[in-house]
Amino acid sequence: MSTNSQKYRNSFLKEVEANVEEGEWVKMCMQCGVCAGSCPLGKHWDHPPQEIFMMIRAGKREEVLSSDSMWMCTSCYNCIARCPRGLPITHIMHGLAVYSKRLGLMPDNQPTAEFGQIFWDNLMKKGRVNELKMGLSMYFKDGFSQGIKNAMANQKLGQNMMKAKRMNAMEIMGGHGVNSPGDLAKIIKKAQEIEDGNIQDFS
Amino acid sequence: MAKIELSFYPGCSSQKGATSSNYLVSAQTMCEELDITLNEIPDWNCCGASIGYGGGGELPRLTLSARNIALSEEHNAGQEIVSPCAACWLNTREAKERLNEDEKMMQDANTALAEGGLRFKGEVNVRHMVEVLVEDIGFDAIKEKVKKPLEGLKIAGYVGCQTNRPFGIAGESFENPQYLDKIVEAVGADSIPTFEKKVQCCGGALAFSEPEKSQEMIHGIIEAAYDNGADMIVTPCPLCQANVEIYQDQINETYGTKFDMPVVYYSTLMSVAFGRNATDAALNGHIIKAKKLEEIASK
Repeated sequence: MSTNSQKYRNSFLKEVEANVEEGEWVKMCMQCGVCAGSCPLGKHWDHPPQEIFMMIRAGKREEVLSSDSMWMCTSCYNCIARCPRGLPITHIMHGLAVYSKRLGLMPDNQPTAEFGQIFWDNLMKKGRVNELKMGLSMYFKDGFSQGIKNAMANQKLGQNMMKAKRMNAMEIMGGHGVNSPGDLAKIIKKAQEIEDGNIQDFS
Repeated sequence: MAKIELSFYPGCSSQKGATSSNYLVSAQTMCEELDITLNEIPDWNCCGASIGYGGGGELPRLTLSARNIALSEEHNAGQEIVSPCAACWLNTREAKERLNEDEKMMQDANTALAEGGLRFKGEVNVRHMVEVLVEDIGFDAIKEKVKKPLEGLKIAGYVGCQTNRPFGIAGESFENPQYLDKIVEAVGADSIPTFEKKVQCCGGALAFSEPEKSQEMIHGIIEAAYDNGADMIVTPCPLCQANVEIYQDQINETYGTKFDMPVVYYSTLMSVAFGRNATDAALNGHIIKAKKLEEIASK
C-alpha cells in the first residue's frame, strides 16, 4: 500500500479513491449533468457534482476541498436515483465534505459543517439525540448575543412545539439515552481509530 | 388477518417530548388495529440521521446502525426490523447492505462492536413501516378496517425524499410513487394526483443550517398543495412533517402568504378512519390543527 501512495502521490484522483467514502466511483462519471439538474439546492452550488468529479480528475485539490458545494447536500438522494452510471453521488459528496474537514480545508463558518458536528456531539453524549440541547447549540453557535437573538426569533415556534408536547424543557436535565453511553462511546471510538488508521498520507 | 411481529426501531424523534412523538402514538394505534406487534429493539441508539456524517465520517456512522442491527439480531431474533422514520430506515438498511458488500468494512465494524460485546451478522431484513402496510397488509385490507371514511377530504400525498430514495418501496417509481395516494383513497379521502411536489426535498436537516434555502422549498410544497385544493398534506416522514408544518408562520412572514395547512402522517389518517379517538390519533400533537380530522374523530 505504501508503494502505491508513493507512486501516485501527485494524483488527486488516487487520493480521493483511497480516502473518500465511495471515492473509487469518481472515475465512472460520464459528465452528463443529470445530478446538477436534479439537485434541490443546485442553484446554490459553486460546482455541481459532475464538475466536482471532473475537477478531481484534473487534480484541482485545493479548489475541490475548500469548496462550499458538497456542504449543500440535503441527502435527498435524487442524484443517486437518477445517475445513469449508478454513482453513489450523495455518499461521495458526504465523503468529500468529511475529508475536507479532516484536512482542515473546509470553508470557515460553514453552517452545515457546524451543524453536522453539533448533531454528532449531541448524539454521542447519550446515544440518542437531545433535540432541545441540539436546538440551543445551533442558536448559540455564533456566541451568546446572537444566540439570544436566534432564540427570540424562534420563541413562538418553541412555544408552539411545547404546547403540542413535541418539545420538552426538562430535556435540559438529561433526556433520553442508551443504558450505557460509555459502552457506546467505546465502540464508536474504536471505529474512529480504525477509520483514522485507514487514511493514507498524500500530503 | 395474520398477526405480524416486528423488531421495532422507533428512532430519536419519536420519543416522548420529541418532534415526532405524535407519529409514534398514531403508528402504535394503527398497528394495534392491524394486529401488528412492535417489539422495541432494547437499548437502540441514534442512526446518525442524514447529517451525522459531518461529525462521524463513514465507519463510525455505519457502526451506529450496525449496533442496532446486532441488538435486534440478538434480542428479537427472527423478526424483521421496521422503522417508521425515513432516516432511521435508510441508515439501518444502508449499513446492512454496505457491510454485507464490503468484507473489510464488516470486519472493522465488528472489531468496533466487540468493544461492547456485540456482533453484527447482517442477515435481518430492514423495512420501513409503509412497506409493511403496502406489502404485508395491502390496500384492500386497510379499506376493510375503515369505520369512518374520510369522505370529502382532499389530501396531498407528500412522499418526500428518504422514504422514496435511494431504496424506495419495491415496484414504485422514484419520480411518481403511488402508494401514499392509494392509502389516502383506501381511508376514503380524495388523493391529488396533480400535486407536483410529491417527491420534492424539504431541505431535510438543512432546515436548521440553511433555513432560508430550505424554507424556499417548503414554501413551494405548501403552495402546490393549496393550489391543488388540498385540505391537508400527508407524509410518511417525521422530518418532512416537522419541516412542512412548523415553519409556516415564518414562511408567511417572508412570502406574504397565509398558509395554515395541516400536515399529518398516514398513521394519523388511518387511526381516525379506523374509528379511534383524537388522542389515539395524536391530533393534539399538531401545531396547525387538522380540524376536519378532529371533527370526524369526535363523531
